[in-house]
Amino acid sequence: MHDVAIVGIGMHEFGRHDGVSGMDQGVVAVRRALADAGTQWEDLEFAFGGSKDAGSPDTMVSRLGLTGLQFINVHNGCATGGSALISSYNAIRSGTFEIGIALGFDKHERGAFRVRTRGDNLEWYGESGMALTTQFFGMKINRYMHDYGITQNTLAKVSTKAFRNGALNPMAWRRKPFSEEEVLESTMLSYPLTQYMFCSPGEGGVALVLVRADKAKEYTDSPVYLKSCVVKSRRFGSFEVFSPHLANEFSEGPTVDASKAAFEMAGIGPEEIDIAQLQDTESGAEVMHMAENGFCEHGEQESMIQNGETEIDGKFPVNTDGGCLANGEPIGASGLRQVYENVLQLRGDAGERQVPGDPCTAYTHVYGAPGISGVTILSR
Amino acid sequence: MSQVSVQDTVLTGIPGEPRLIGGKCPDCDNHVFPMQKDCPKCTGDQIEKVELSTKGILWTWTIQGFPPKAPPYIGETDPENFEAYGVGYVELPGEVKVEARLTENDPTRLRVGMEMELTVVPLAIDEEGNEVVTFAFRPTENN
Repeated sequence: MHDVAIVGIGMHEFGRHDGVSGMDQGVVAVRRALADAGTQWEDLEFAFGGSKDAGSPDTMVSRLGLTGLQFINVHNGCATGGSALISSYNAIRSGTFEIGIALGFDKHERGAFRVRTRGDNLEWYGESGMALTTQFFGMKINRYMHDYGITQNTLAKVSTKAFRNGALNPMAWRRKPFSEEEVLESTMLSYPLTQYMFCSPGEGGVALVLVRADKAKEYTDSPVYLKSCVVKSRRFGSFEVFSPHLANEFSEGPTVDASKAAFEMAGIGPEEIDIAQLQDTESGAEVMHMAENGFCEHGEQESMIQNGETEIDGKFPVNTDGGCLANGEPIGASGLRQVYENVLQLRGDAGERQVPGDPCTAYTHVYGAPGISGVTILSR
Repeated sequence: MSQVSVQDTVLTGIPGEPRLIGGKCPDCDNHVFPMQKDCPKCTGDQIEKVELSTKGILWTWTIQGFPPKAPPYIGETDPENFEAYGVGYVELPGEVKVEARLTENDPTRLRVGMEMELTVVPLAIDEEGNEVVTFAFRPTENN
């Protein structure tokens, strides 16, 4: 087994870009990642690319170069970016390849994700008004608040932090801070979650150049190492999005499983992580994912967030680039954005939003339909 | 105007006595909804059709505050006329938790643990002039 290093990162600004295709944004991200690594498209041996709504990633070879490299498209719900990354990671770890790229881009229509339930015997589910991701998030956090005493003000604080961090991030979509009152008084979309507590489907692209660790110094003085990379699907009894029924018995979700496996693989524990990017599709998700990923006990988030511990200058900074809330969610790129941010932070290149104290370890987590989770642990 | 079910293999007994059609695995007693042959618990493939209980306990809930996209939604999507509606999981004891519309859309009148019973709510009028209904749960008088 070989260790794997990230030596180049590239991103196309997240947001809304009229007249710029999702593929255009993916190509920009790739060119920026190659420039960052000081390498060329023709040097790459493989690519794994993901996009949900913006075309087949492998067709970008006609723009970047017909070099004959192995290019595999990845399509895995909200974990599409994470799945492109784990595929790249394994391709190098196994010794098959020395250098390649993981990339993702997307461009979604405005408003909540439209879910197509035709052709899978669930037409009635969509017709009845239940095939909405937003409802799942409302129902999951509502139960969690009931069980663990999380308040709506804490949900608002998660949002205000995200938009404050986003304002410091030139790549972010939402760059205007909001007050807690504005968050709480915005339209109630899915009780107890208001409009400014939800992220929106958006646009953007991210690419990461990966190499076998023993080659890393040929490309950069500041390689970042992938200590673990895990994707897990759900087990019987977990509570997932788009479930017409749930079992009465309970089991932990895929986030808990992916997190445990990732820590085991990296050989460290949650207390050794300096910063984390956690899936914050809405503000309740960030709260629940802090505990599901092992960073606190259920219910402890209330005091942690009220005390500012998850702020950039707090004890445990979470979603330092503004997360999905400030960046939006272009599905193919979203999980890779988290890794991009962690690489910047570990290099000390995060500018105005740089976490103080020279962070050494960083964590990413994505979650999505239909019950899938991806985790990475990075270190300098 | 006569009532028809949004999907009669899922919601039966319309008009009249609504029942949900689920399944029960003969090997492990696991329940599913809607009916499917394959058992996600024991990996068997012999699940048999059963009518699910009409009474249960509210496990969690939310209020759908904006019109869903159409398609797939067939109910009211005009923002002027759209009325928020409740959605929740109702735990049917000994069976399964079912995701369903709720008749109640006021957060102050919903709480985890409430007793609920099965009913229907109207969605749309079809081409033949029938009222299309889907299943919903309402708080019982015991609350």
